[in-house]
Amino acid sequence: MRAVYLDHQSATPVLPEVMEAMRPFFAEAYGNPSSLHRHGLLARDALARARSQIAAFINAESPEEILFTADSTEAANLAIKGAAEANRRNGNHIILSQIEHPSLIASTEMLETRGFTTTRVKVDAQGAIDLQDIAGAITEKTILLAVHHTNHEIGTIEPVREIGALARARGVLFYVDADASAGWLPLDARDWNASLLSFSPQRFYGPKGVGVLYQNRRAALAAILHGGDQERGLRPGVENVPAIVGAGAAAEIAGREIAQRSAHCARLQKRLWEGLRARIPHLKLNGPEPGPRRHPATLNISSEFIEGEGQLLLCDMQGIAVASGSSCVSKSRQSSHVLAAIGVDPALARGNIIMSLGRDNTEGEVDYVIETFPKIVAKLRALSPTWEEHEKGLIASVIRPA
Amino acid sequence: MSPTPALYNPTVLDHFLNPRNVGDVQEADGIGEAAQSNGGDTLRMSLKIKEGKIAEARFRAFGCAAAIASSSIATELIEGMTLEQARRFSNRQVVEALGGLPAAKIQCSLLASQALRAALDDYNKKQPARPRPGEPIR
Repeated sequence: MRAVYLDHQSATPVLPEVMEAMRPFFAEAYGNPSSLHRHGLLARDALARARSQIAAFINAESPEEILFTADSTEAANLAIKGAAEANRRNGNHIILSQIEHPSLIASTEMLETRGFTTTRVKVDAQGAIDLQDIAGAITEKTILLAVHHTNHEIGTIEPVREIGALARARGVLFYVDADASAGWLPLDARDWNASLLSFSPQRFYGPKGVGVLYQNRRAALAAILHGGDQERGLRPGVENVPAIVGAGAAAEIAGREIAQRSAHCARLQKRLWEGLRARIPHLKLNGPEPGPRRHPATLNISSEFIEGEGQLLLCDMQGIAVASGSSCVSKSRQSSHVLAAIGVDPALARGNIIMSLGRDNTEGEVDYVIETFPKIVAKLRALSPTWEEHEKGLIASVIRPA
Repeated sequence: MSPTPALYNPTVLDHFLNPRNVGDVQEADGIGEAAQSNGGDTLRMSLKIKEGKIAEARFRAFGCAAAIASSSIATELIEGMTLEQARRFSNRQVVEALGGLPAAKIQCSLLASQALRAALDDYNKKQPARPRPGEPIR
């Protein structure tokens, strides 16, 4: 059976070059970077090199501004809780958008129980944040703006450069969650005036088990874990040296290949969307049309009158790996807060499938999906009571023309 | 690598991939719908009832694989049941016949018994009122 992997926003294969770079740090150069003998110094050297590679990847001023965590969720927790704690005397108000990743939203919810307040600015029907809404939400108590570069579900690219300029003008820290875009779109901490910026290499051909947090030297941060001096005391605990080395290698390769990678994916993304749209009636694209406002590798589609999990399972049986944000698939059983925020009908949100392309996908694979997916939708619609009612003219489609 | 693990057991997968009794009973004696409040899962069940027994059951489902498989196996299980037995039919029988569902999916099987009860209520409503034997005379 054909195998087509279209879930690169969940995980990517580790590149052979990245694995090769990591390999010595398991059984040969296994020292603890805090040790003062040659084994330790070797590991410490490797961390320094990875820090430089990451600093170059995001255009940081200095490698000293790069912190390593266990993953991007931990990096987001450290960014939000650490910035809130360290800047408490300046205020207690945090601004973020309604469609941020749960690691940001839940971190601010936790802070709300400790005397902080939060404003969640709305987004438009494509998931875009309006700069005016952020400007209007800033008060003298505001200490932090937290916004993602691109949305993890619907691929909207946010105006981070403009938001960063606003943050600078108003003297507020600016945290960019770049987890969904790192490796697919260029990141520029300096140009965006980011105080903090996070991502993890597992979404762009690096290993799992490592996250990156950029901390501008002027941005104060407090630790959320305690008990060690590693990462300037901001992330105590022995460093995951092989994964950090892998993160550096993956970032260096991504930096070289990024234009080619995103152009390749954008071409396939357009082909996939146009192919599916032409073959499936009542199909909705969630988020912006493929183009400059959308992540080049992701599609988020809702097939009306059917649910997401069945589509995912039938895809899997045809060798096609996709994701769904639908409530019954995810462990939480809650509908996607992102789709709700952009006004997607709840039943349509349940029929949601996310396809995320990668550098190794081919036109042939995309054509196989274009040929197979409509059959899956048709099979499930044949079981659906709402599809039958729609076919009889008893109910109308809720999809509005874009 | 170890063999590919599966989300559902083979019985559940079989009923999801090859659902039995899909559609609507012609000139149904009872039609019932059940829906989950989370804006999605809907099940419609229609019944043909002959001589106090379920002669035919059909379904249409908007829902996850567990919901579809539960509906499919429920229609098989209830065919031939007396109305009394059908009234007592619960999702436990569905889950048991499927050989178990993941814990988070148990509630997806509830729709089957709910839609069946709604269909039986619909049937009862359509029956002309008549005195039951043994009822006290007023």
